[in-house]
Amino acid sequence: MPAIAALICGFIFGWGLLISGMMQPAKVLAFLDIFGNWDPSLAVVMAAALAVSAAGFALARRRGKPLLAAQSLWPTKSDIDRPLVTGAVLFGAGWGLVGLCPGPALENLATLSPRVVVFVIAMAAGMVLHDIWQTWRPAMRRDEPVAADG
Amino acid sequence: MANFTPVSAAIGGALIGLAAALLMLTTGRLAGISGIFGGCLGSGSGDKGWRLAFIAGLILAPLIAGLAGVAVPMPEMPASWIVVVAAGLLVGFGTKLGSGCTSGHGVCGIARLSPRSIVATAIFMGVAIVVVALTRHVFGG
Repeated sequence: MPAIAALICGFIFGWGLLISGMMQPAKVLAFLDIFGNWDPSLAVVMAAALAVSAAGFALARRRGKPLLAAQSLWPTKSDIDRPLVTGAVLFGAGWGLVGLCPGPALENLATLSPRVVVFVIAMAAGMVLHDIWQTWRPAMRRDEPVAADG
Repeated sequence: MANFTPVSAAIGGALIGLAAALLMLTTGRLAGISGIFGGCLGSGSGDKGWRLAFIAGLILAPLIAGLAGVAVPMPEMPASWIVVVAAGLLVGFGTKLGSGCTSGHGVCGIARLSPRSIVATAIFMGVAIVVVALTRHVFGG
């Protein structure tokens, strides 16, 4: 049952990215290009998504227990540490280079665009490389919260 | 701002928020795509089912939309192959190290008023804006 719920949620999420135009990396880059022909659409997408998800999360907190699971896995970390900052810098650089973040990248696999396929493989490799690098640095505590922020 | 599409952006954004809310209300999980995808990689952790199902739904949406006659644009990516590979590596490594991406920090995290997510979103958006400014206007992409 949780898998069916997740499938439906992924499907709705996908329609959201499609309708909003956020599947198109060129439109995302047009938002990031504040010195060019700026397209503020992404800000509206985020504002609308925030409003609806904040209301939904408030309801989820009040209900306490999710419908199909034993407990809600809210992120537990609250400190702004070096991995968070460094990770955001690296992600931002990659995002700005081609205009793809993980959601639209995975969704665009449906178009069978060779560049998207290569991007997703490289993205998976980057995640695996991170884990290998973490195990090679035993002195540093692994920065893996119980439930990641996202 | 001739390309600004506020109505479709608001409708699509609301759907993204609805998906994130429903995922938390049903499975108790946060709709952060980099985290969902990262959890599918490597061995261990027996909770891959819902992750793969979410990603399947994500990919199914444009396929069904296409069958229903909705236009699904091909992604425009004029960047060279080496830039595509570098960007993918940076996005993968960066989101794993920073525990989230546009959905996990940018939508779900800010909706929770998480200081971590607000800082992360400000940083990755700021850096992306600088990178686009450099590649398009300084080095003239």
